[in-house]
Parts: sequence; C-alpha cells; structure tokens
Amino acid sequence: MAITQTHELHKRRFGRNLGVALCLVGFMAIVFGLTIAKIRQGASMEAFDHQPRVSVTPPIEASE
Amino acid sequence: MTDATTNSTTHAAEGEAQFGDYVALLKPRVMSLVVFTAFVGLLVAPVSVDPMIGFTAILFIALGAGASGALNMWYDADIDRVMKRTAGRPVPAGKVTAGEALSLGLWLSAISVAMLALATNWMAASLLAFTIFFYAVIYTMWLKRATPQNIVIGGAAGAFPPMIGWVAATGSISLEAVLMFGLIFMWTPPHFWALALFMKSDYHKADVPMLTVTHGRRETRNQILIYTILLVPVALGLAFTPIAGPAYPAAALILNAIFLKGAWDIWRRDEAMAEADGYAVEKKVFRFSLLYLFLHFGALLVDAALRAMGGF
Repeated sequence: MAITQTHELHKRRFGRNLGVALCLVGFMAIVFGLTIAKIRQGASMEAFDHQPRVSVTPPIEASE
Repeated sequence: MTDATTNSTTHAAEGEAQFGDYVALLKPRVMSLVVFTAFVGLLVAPVSVDPMIGFTAILFIALGAGASGALNMWYDADIDRVMKRTAGRPVPAGKVTAGEALSLGLWLSAISVAMLALATNWMAASLLAFTIFFYAVIYTMWLKRATPQNIVIGGAAGAFPPMIGWVAATGSISLEAVLMFGLIFMWTPPHFWALALFMKSDYHKADVPMLTVTHGRRETRNQILIYTILLVPVALGLAFTPIAGPAYPAAALILNAIFLKGAWDIWRRDEAMAEADGYAVEKKVFRFSLLYLFLHFGALLVDAALRAMGGF
C-alpha cells in the first residue's frame, strides 16, 4: 500500500499549478523576447541615475 | 481520525477549479475572433512591425478581451444561470466563484494594458483600456439590461480590436482603422438579432431586453434589413482605401450581396413561416454572418500579401 494516497483534488490542484507555472514561464519569455526586440530596434536603454549626462540633458535654446 | 465530510457537493469547493475553468472564463471563442481581427489590423497597417512586438501586441489585445469576458461572466452570473446557452459557464456551473472571475478580470486587464503599452505605444494601450471599460461597464453593467439597443452600442467593444492592432503599428488612428471599426460595428446588430430570432425563449427568461421581446419579432426583422443595408456602404468603403487591393472589392461585393439577400429573405418571412421550417433561413443567415466577417478581413490579408509580393 502506498504511503501517500492521491485524491482527485490533488490532480486538479496539480493541473492548476502547472498551468500557472507555464503562464509565468511564458510571461518571462515574452518580457525577455520583447527586450531583445526593443534593443535590436535601437530603443534607448539609458536609465536615470542622478548623474548629469549629455544624452539626457535637454538642448539649450539659443538666446536672443 | 477520519477526514469525514457531510457536504456532498455536486460542484467544486472554492479554489478548486481546474486551469481549464479559468481559461473558459476568458471566452476563448470570442478571443479567437479578436486575435484574427487585431492581427489583420496590425498587418495591413503601412508600418512594418517586429515579429516579437507584433506577437506580444496581439497576445495582450486578446488577453485584454479575455479579461473583459471574465468581468462579464462575474457580473452576469445571475442571468447566465437562467439561460440555456450560458448555464454551463464556469460561474453558474459552480466551478469558479464570482469573486475569482472578478479578480482574474481585473488583474488580467491591468497586465494586458501595461504590457501593450510597453510593447507598442500608449495610444494602443489607452484604446485597449477603453475597450475593456466599454464592454465591462457600459455594455455589461448598464446597456445590456437597460435597452434593446444594447448590442448596437455594445457592439463597439467587439469592433475595437482591428483599430487597436492598427494603432499598435502606426501610433495613430486613420480612416482605414475607423472603417474596419465601422465594418464590425454595423455587422453586429444583424448578426445578433438573427441569433435572437431563433433563440427566443432564452433572453426572455433572463429578462434581458432583446429587440425580439421589447419591440416584437416583426420589428426585429425590419431592423435586421435596415442595418444590413447600412452595413453595405461601410463594407464597400474600405475598397477605396490604400489597404484594399483586387481581392477586397471582389469579396466585399459578393459577400454583401449574399448578406443583403439573406436579410431580405428574413424580412419577407413571418413567424408562421419561420416556425414551420424551424427558423432555417434565420439560422443560415446567422451562420453566414460569421463567414461574412471572417472573409472580409481575410480578403484584406490577401491584399496585404499581394502588396508585399509586389503584386500591385
């Protein structure tokens, strides 16, 4: 006799947990793929780090 | 010590639904139509989209539509229970609680809108958010139980996906996107009212003000013909835009002629004739209406493919 007995409830929970796990893995894959696609397109990946940088400084408008 | 329970339920206890029950909350058949029309809207746009970005956009547009389906199932659990067509849905069948449907709908709405914004642009995400709000609040919570014009106005929710697909690619709305919206919007009333003619007792039992009940079946037949006549110029209008090629005008002419004939046949009949043959004409027109929409958007796809191959 098995030490643990499985119930139909356990199968349902396993199925549900497997579905959630696959959705999470899929979501991770989508975010990863989207990041690669955006970098390939040349999207700016600079973050704001409280340091002055030419690329994030607004252009100086010419004064009269 | 035994784990005895005296509660012999015929449905699952709370939190014990299967994964498939949660998927059913999203109305997968409606989602498939959304996927197709959004895909066409994205593909016929005159801007090329990275395949990964395009895939992500279509996925989250579809999930947004699924989220509004879950919110609809949460709110309409009471009338779904009464109608034969909907009694098997997860909430009335007791597989999923109404609270779970609400929770899934809200979270999926937020994730879909956020991900569409990150993948494409805020304009497309805003349109998706508005679509979800329109279907869940304006149609489900207000119009559906308040007026027989419910599906005329509420049909706008189903018309947004191709526009969202277009905006996801181009970042702006244009005449082509508005006409694709118009095609589905004007198609919705004859499609649903043909269904209502032969699903008569279901809506009446649930106290939903369908035109067949509030204004009678003769008036419903009149309105089907009127809306079909109004649909024709909208459908043919797309033929004069740059996204149409040789395939679309030909398909539109044939399909609209057939649909108009079907609406005319429905108009000419009365209830005695319809009951005598088991609503054969109404059922045939309803089935054709599904093909009508699919083939219109399919023709746009064919023209996009011809354009890509340098055909015209």
